[in-house]
Amino acid sequence: MKSGLDAPICLTWELTYACNLQCVHCLSSSGQRDPRELSTVEAEAVIDEMARMQVFYVNIGGGEPTIRPDFWHLVDYAVDRGVGVKFSTNGSRIDAEVARRLSESDYVDVQISIDGADAETNDSIRGEGSFETATTAMGNLREAGFGDFKISVVMTRHNIAQLDEFAALAERYGAQLRLTRFRPAGRGAETWHELHPSNDQQVELYHWLLDRPEVLTGDSFFHLSALGEPLPGLNLCGAGRVVCLVDPIGDVYACPFVLHPDFRAGNVRDSGGFASIWRQSDLFTEMRQPQSAGACATCGQFDACQGGCMAAKFFTGIALDGPDPECVNGFGEDLVVVNSAGPAGGPDHSRPTPVRLGGRR
Amino acid sequence: MKFDADGAYRLHPKVAIRPEPFGALAYHYDNRRLNFLRAPELVALIESLSDHDSVRQAFRAAGIESHRWPAFETALASLAESEVLVPS
Repeated sequence: MKSGLDAPICLTWELTYACNLQCVHCLSSSGQRDPRELSTVEAEAVIDEMARMQVFYVNIGGGEPTIRPDFWHLVDYAVDRGVGVKFSTNGSRIDAEVARRLSESDYVDVQISIDGADAETNDSIRGEGSFETATTAMGNLREAGFGDFKISVVMTRHNIAQLDEFAALAERYGAQLRLTRFRPAGRGAETWHELHPSNDQQVELYHWLLDRPEVLTGDSFFHLSALGEPLPGLNLCGAGRVVCLVDPIGDVYACPFVLHPDFRAGNVRDSGGFASIWRQSDLFTEMRQPQSAGACATCGQFDACQGGCMAAKFFTGIALDGPDPECVNGFGEDLVVVNSAGPAGGPDHSRPTPVRLGGRR
Repeated sequence: MKFDADGAYRLHPKVAIRPEPFGALAYHYDNRRLNFLRAPELVALIESLSDHDSVRQAFRAAGIESHRWPAFETALASLAESEVLVPS
């Protein structure tokens, strides 16, 4: 696995940076559309290539991907070519009719994002009214008999206490719960210190997840495996090996959490397209070489946590072979040298309005 | 249902298989689970299952040495467990 695969397992494609929300932790600093966005024809060519590479499914996100006028066309185009689609949405376009259409396909999965189990907690991160919008969409999917769509939550200091409530919410809507790690990328770099979980909360989350192997995590929390029994999953950083990201203008990055020039492997518009970037780019080739354990070599837990998340280290100013900023043994926290935006130079598509944490502090 | 090496099996119609350097990956579009097939011979074997009346017959036809059968049976049983393979 560490030496790479013929095609990615987890391929994220952010179709647009346009978004009707402006979440304070957005990994891609979304808000405004980038005028260089791939055209419909170019997007179709990317899908053709995925089909040739036998990519099983593509995770479509954004921004809010359903804002693109050709979104539903591209979903159908992918499914017709044998590429399954999972898309992440804030739910704003999932009305009863859309929910009904979605429930007819076996090859489309939907992920609704919320970040709190109640409106107050959620809206302080995602904006006024966003909880209502998301739960309306969930209700529409339930009514349409969609089956187990996903409710996706980024774990923060303010919602770890709501784990049981999230599980209850998922059950109420016949959905599956998916929890992922908050990363200091995009606008998340600005809010990291206020939002990332405390170590006690990480321990709580670890035990909660161990007891509930049915909860999906996208392998997000492998750094917590240093606490004892490993969590289910591959337990490694898949960046450039099993994971990558295509952004709205066709840039290919090592993972969804490192939208930064240092981790850009190429552009799908380059000759050779996506396949040659995945298989031959200098960056991915290098990332598939055996990595040194660096500063973590002497820690007995390295085999369990693999040094943690590359993106979390990068954007907090820690060396890539150093410990994770949320290392459960506390080896990372003193090394966090950057308290806001991390290494500068990542793309910012925020709308020109100030982003503030609302309500809860 | 318990796996039966004397029974006939086939690949679930909603499973896609992709060869990889270590063997293959199988993705199930119904339960959305990914399975790792960690032996290159496993792919051809799985694809041949529907041509045979039993799993053991498929082993024989594929020329898999009998001392390796238990390992292959375990692998196929776990694939049947996750519904990558279904009785036919």
